[in-house]
Amino acid sequence: MLISNMEVIPGKRITHHLGMVQGSTVRAKHAGRDIMAGFKNIFGGELKGYTELLSESRDEAIDRLKQQAIALGANAVVNVRFSTSSIAAGASEIFVYGTAVMVEDR
Amino acid sequence: MIELIVFLVLLGLGYTFGRLAEARHYRSIKEREQLYRSMTLIPIRVPPPELLKHDSTLVSGNVVISVDYFKTIAASLRNLFGGRVGAYESLLDRARREAALRMQEEARKLGAETIYNVKYETSRIGENAAKGLGSVEVLAYGTALIPPTA
Repeated sequence: MLISNMEVIPGKRITHHLGMVQGSTVRAKHAGRDIMAGFKNIFGGELKGYTELLSESRDEAIDRLKQQAIALGANAVVNVRFSTSSIAAGASEIFVYGTAVMVEDR
Repeated sequence: MIELIVFLVLLGLGYTFGRLAEARHYRSIKEREQLYRSMTLIPIRVPPPELLKHDSTLVSGNVVISVDYFKTIAASLRNLFGGRVGAYESLLDRARREAALRMQEEARKLGAETIYNVKYETSRIGENAAKGLGSVEVLAYGTALIPPTA
């Protein structure tokens, strides 16, 4: 499965458009990490726990996007976009969407 | 009285550690930017036709950076008078550059030389409405073009 955030894929030709596919996940951090983050808000610096958490959730969202695309019979997803929103204190939603297409070698 | 002391201690801790962390981070950012100087990030949507033989794949890098106590106070004071909020400017600058570097790191592992259609996304997380900005997340993503192995 080819994932790209460009509208075209170099060396490939899009034969079918199969519509939009999406994947989303909502994740929360455990309280321990929230407390650690509270301390970090005094000292500053990177919050490694949150960085990891968000990149894991993004991987999961992409997985779901791929599953939807496979179900449609696509072999690539183009024009992928990410969006993040915090829906409640301590939880954020990761949303990823794109266009499922069928491509063939040019 | 005790509250005032706690406030001053927090302010002092934030100022010292925050500055140290920022200086250290900027040093490491500048070093790594030199390393990745040869890799180009191009925010255009359609690659030029001469790259037709390249493989493409999505790469991304993210980072969450927290404010320190001093920055929070400095920014809330600045809110009273208006104007540039330098404390937050440097925070976001660091986060964006770090995210781009992580994306480049991933792309280099794949053997890519250019990243097309680079996009940034910024969001605040772990926020506390009363205190303003808690920490920011920056995500940088783009499509890495990997030259064919001849």
